[in-house]
Amino acid sequence: MADQQPVLEIRDLSVEYRTARGVVRAVDGISFSVPKGAILGLVGESGCGKTTVARSITGVLHQSARIAGGELLLHGRDLVSGPPKAWLDARWREISFVPQSAMNSLDPVYRIGSQIEEVLVHRGGKTRAEARARASALFEMVGLNPGRLDEYPHQFSGGMRQRVAIALALALNPSLVIADEPVTALDVIVQRQILDVIRDLQQRLSLSMILVTHDISVVAYLCDQVVVMYAGRVVESGSTREVLEQPRHPYTMGLTNAFPDLESAAHELVPIDGSPPDLSQPLVGCRFQPRCPFSLPVCSSDDPRTEVAETGARFACHRHAESDLLRRHSRDIATWQRPQ
Amino acid sequence: MTSAQTPTHPLVTASGLSKRFAAPRRLSDLFNGQRPHIYAVDGIDLCIGKGESVGLLGESGCGKTTTGRLLLKLTEPSAGSIAFDGVAIDTLKGNDLTAFRKRAQLVFQNPFDALNPRFTIERVLAEPLVNTGVERASHRDKVEKALAQVRLPPLSRFEGLFPHQLSGGQLQRIVLARALVLEPDFIVADEPVSMLDVSVRAGVLNVMREVRATLGLAALYISHDLALVRYVCSTTLVMYLGKIVEQGPTADLLKMPLHPYTRALVNAVPVPRVDQSHEALPIIGNVSDARGQPRGCRFRDRCPMAVARCAEEEPPLRDLGQGRQVACHLA
Repeated sequence: MADQQPVLEIRDLSVEYRTARGVVRAVDGISFSVPKGAILGLVGESGCGKTTVARSITGVLHQSARIAGGELLLHGRDLVSGPPKAWLDARWREISFVPQSAMNSLDPVYRIGSQIEEVLVHRGGKTRAEARARASALFEMVGLNPGRLDEYPHQFSGGMRQRVAIALALALNPSLVIADEPVTALDVIVQRQILDVIRDLQQRLSLSMILVTHDISVVAYLCDQVVVMYAGRVVESGSTREVLEQPRHPYTMGLTNAFPDLESAAHELVPIDGSPPDLSQPLVGCRFQPRCPFSLPVCSSDDPRTEVAETGARFACHRHAESDLLRRHSRDIATWQRPQ
Repeated sequence: MTSAQTPTHPLVTASGLSKRFAAPRRLSDLFNGQRPHIYAVDGIDLCIGKGESVGLLGESGCGKTTTGRLLLKLTEPSAGSIAFDGVAIDTLKGNDLTAFRKRAQLVFQNPFDALNPRFTIERVLAEPLVNTGVERASHRDKVEKALAQVRLPPLSRFEGLFPHQLSGGQLQRIVLARALVLEPDFIVADEPVSMLDVSVRAGVLNVMREVRATLGLAALYISHDLALVRYVCSTTLVMYLGKIVEQGPTADLLKMPLHPYTRALVNAVPVPRVDQSHEALPIIGNVSDARGQPRGCRFRDRCPMAVARCAEEEPPLRDLGQGRQVACHLA
């Protein structure tokens, strides 16, 4: 898998928003790639830029946003510098999107079937009859009854609408599916059903996928690789096992500790005090430094370089050489507590 | 202390509690002259002891939020009764009702919406004191005390600040402090951390656990998040379509669930570890319609173990010893 060309490679991508308070660089020089047939989890807190990354890959950004630099290589071809037509053509056919709230992404006044057929006819160049057959097949693929194609969105439950959104994303056999918090609004059982649909489809169709989430347990359940973002930067990335079991960045250590776990919930959860920095202000040094219990003077003056391990894992921390020691300290709640 | 055996000092007791809402009428209902109802809560009994923290688990639409609102007298039951510290609350009026409100408080779900954006933080925190006629001279002390309980800095640090100037984690603590400022005996927290980011959620959960222990507060935590319930509650009730299907000490209940629905809930939760079981879910379909009061077990159409008896006879909540109760014919 490692020798193959990745489906998508992001190189040094930056995205800026124009706001009343000035320019906010929500994504600041991030790089990662999505291997063929793998699910990559993009995790971080709200406001870290993960949704902006997902949206910039589809080329559908808010009108106040622009890609300020970097490359998005789809099968080796750059979308950012290429003709806009190529990007437009890639949408749905090559790159598709499962939005966060499927509740609001379906048009309430059209039958579900006709919304799927619309994509197939207008973007996929299929005839009406072909589109109808394909829509039925897609419904079956995501575990819905094709007999309900003629119903309206309000007749479907939240979980079923999420399945429709997944079916829509798969309509034209894209090479990359981007799902933004696909299970966040759902109940535990429905959430698990949708996660299983995604897992099953990924294995059967060897889909490549980016799963944007804030939930580490979803990443652990589904993803092969994980990219951890903080304040517009990638702080750590690598295989899910390596990143979750042996985090090298204090933020990742903090995230894994802060997560309640059913079996070991008796021990005290360890919160990370403070909140992420204001991205409209100029930032010097490591962005996690104000919240980091392990920071050194160098952390507030110099940006940490991104190091690459033999395994391919990447991490940006000045103290990465001591990560075993820091990991042990990070499990102690006293490490993270500071006077108010 | 478990709620299955009656706690030694019960604070809140509900028996036969029901709440029904009028369902939208279908054409056939008009012809048949029927007025269908949805039973959001359908004849539940519960008992929360002094200082006890109870979790109420369930999916959306199972009636857990309605149960919380009933216990606080924010909505009136269709049947059944609730007693708070030995006094029935359904007839409370005037000063007695104010006294009850002081002792039983709600912690809201969404801290971003729960506070008046035009009030300063100081006013937000003092408002419950003003509303219940607590003498003005003591306000500042009580507010400071509540802030310290939720581990926020003293009031001087919030001078002139409005809710939008605070972070989500701070706001949720303010919401909790506002509930604590009246020194209640009982709080209902409806999904108290579902709107918060993971890194701050842990801090708020720790504060909740601490407050419960130091103040001896009785609490009902309403959530669909098993980990939260595991973390803060000694006893857990599981609701399905308006009924309590299982209850018991939290640790035992989650380790060895007896009802097939609880088993599915526990099984469905992914854990933040790479090696985890990917067993298939022992459950099918979706929550069925809550219209009317169906015969038999409400879970039977999704239950992998259902037998003929489940369609005929509704399983009562049976006591299995060691504080555990379950409503299943087969458990």
